Amino acid sequence: MKKVEAIIREEKLEPVRKALEAIGYFGMTISEVSGRGKQGGVRLQWRAGEYRVEFLPKLKVEVVVMDEDVAPALAAITRSARTGEIGDGKIFVMPVDDAVRIRTGDSGANAV
Amino acid sequence: MIDCAATAWVLVSSAMVMLMTPGVALFYGGMVRRKNFLSTMMMSFAALGLIGLLWVLYGYSLSFGPDRASIIGGLDFVLLAGVGQAPSGVYATTIPHLAFMVFQGMFAIITVALITGAVVERIKFSALLVFSVLWMTFVYCPVAHWVWGDGGWLARLGALDFAGGTVVHIAAGVSALALASLLGPRRGFREGEPMEPGNIPMVAIGAGLLWFGWFGFNAGSALASGGLAASAFVATNISAATAAFVWMILSWLHQRPSLLGVATGAVAGLVAITPAAGFVSPIMGIPIGAGAAALCYYCMLFRMKRGIDESLDVWAVHGMGGTWGALATGIFASVAVNSAGADGLLYGNPGQLLLQLAGVAAVWVFALTVTWVLGKLVDLAMGLRVSVVEETVGLDISQHGERAYGGMLK
Repeated sequence: MKKVEAIIREEKLEPVRKALEAIGYFGMTISEVSGRGKQGGVRLQWRAGEYRVEFLPKLKVEVVVMDEDVAPALAAITRSARTGEIGDGKIFVMPVDDAVRIRTGDSGANAV
Repeated sequence: MIDCAATAWVLVSSAMVMLMTPGVALFYGGMVRRKNFLSTMMMSFAALGLIGLLWVLYGYSLSFGPDRASIIGGLDFVLLAGVGQAPSGVYATTIPHLAFMVFQGMFAIITVALITGAVVERIKFSALLVFSVLWMTFVYCPVAHWVWGDGGWLARLGALDFAGGTVVHIAAGVSALALASLLGPRRGFREGEPMEPGNIPMVAIGAGLLWFGWFGFNAGSALASGGLAASAFVATNISAATAAFVWMILSWLHQRPSLLGVATGAVAGLVAITPAAGFVSPIMGIPIGAGAAALCYYCMLFRMKRGIDESLDVWAVHGMGGTWGALATGIFASVAVNSAGADGLLYGNPGQLLLQLAGVAAVWVFALTVTWVLGKLVDLAMGLRVSVVEETVGLDISQHGERAYGGMLK
């Protein structure tokens, strides 16, 4: 099992959700996060003049997939979240030791 | 002889001016970082309590009590002695003295609340309260007496201030500058950390409440219901509308049309028309409002360029907007509008502009100096600033043990 953690543009949530559903992953966790990559921050307006915000709002999508699904999941997210502009985000993949479905107590592959 | 229409209008106006202070609370509260939203609102609400009380204890008497040497009112009206249902002999003689007293009290409250915009996110709450008591006593009451008190020296000189351009806005604006300079900038301000407004829609609601209440502030200052009140009412709306629109265009030229900009512009226009509202033809709200928006906008940029953390621009909007309004009164005033007023420069009386300049200069120098001394005294006695940790955590929690937005656990 692997956890796929994708930092994406806020407006790309729906395409990413649909792309993951299409390969059979309905369960996912979304959080609002702030961050930045090489593009840095953005300028916003004050009453007169402006100020700089160094961290931009992004969404974090977390989904746990079986090992054989990692490559399709990465492809689905990359395809659905991309605009080609700076700020499209990043995907991280990390190992998961185990998982438990709280309702039934099932663990491992059955819980994902 | 009590006039019922006048009494009704002044009582309604008093309630409208009262609502402006919660308006200031939202206007300022939405502009600070979210960890200080509640504390910023608290500063205005505290004034509703503290100044509302002090006003009837002695504030009204110092401002409007029988004249002492043209400088201050006597203590005859302490605890509202002699202030009852019958009209005053000298002020607003067609409404109950109590109605005039409470109307004026709302002005004192909001003036103290206005200053707090300079010191948000870092002042110690207890120090702010002590400062507020001293400031009302030694700055507001004398200035109110000079300008509006029977026998006050600026009133006798002939300087015009219909609803408080000098008493409220210049006094608050320059005092804000003095207090902010004593207090120093917020941590991170000079290093360019973003001081991001936590909730701009709240700023807009606050500006809306201010705009609404300002009709009571300005048209209520006619102290009667009739033609002059209507004239002041319309002048007020024209100036606010013009300034809101001009500020929007200025922000658009610079970047994008900004809601924070429209809200700020409206307030700048309302400030500038305040001293003039009942002395100028309503249509003069156009040049007065347009001038206010442009002046305040560039004063704000100037303030930021100088690296001064007068955080919410009380000086740029109220101090400079009030200064422009007071001088504009000397330009655009006409006795055809108000026979108790005077003709201004535009109507062949350049002398009025000089009188206005004298009033502006006197209040600038007095408020700046006395506020600096009072602030310094409070700083020496108890310290004006919170500790570094308290400032970092935010004043909501460190000063009040509350927060604006509840926890995430339901």
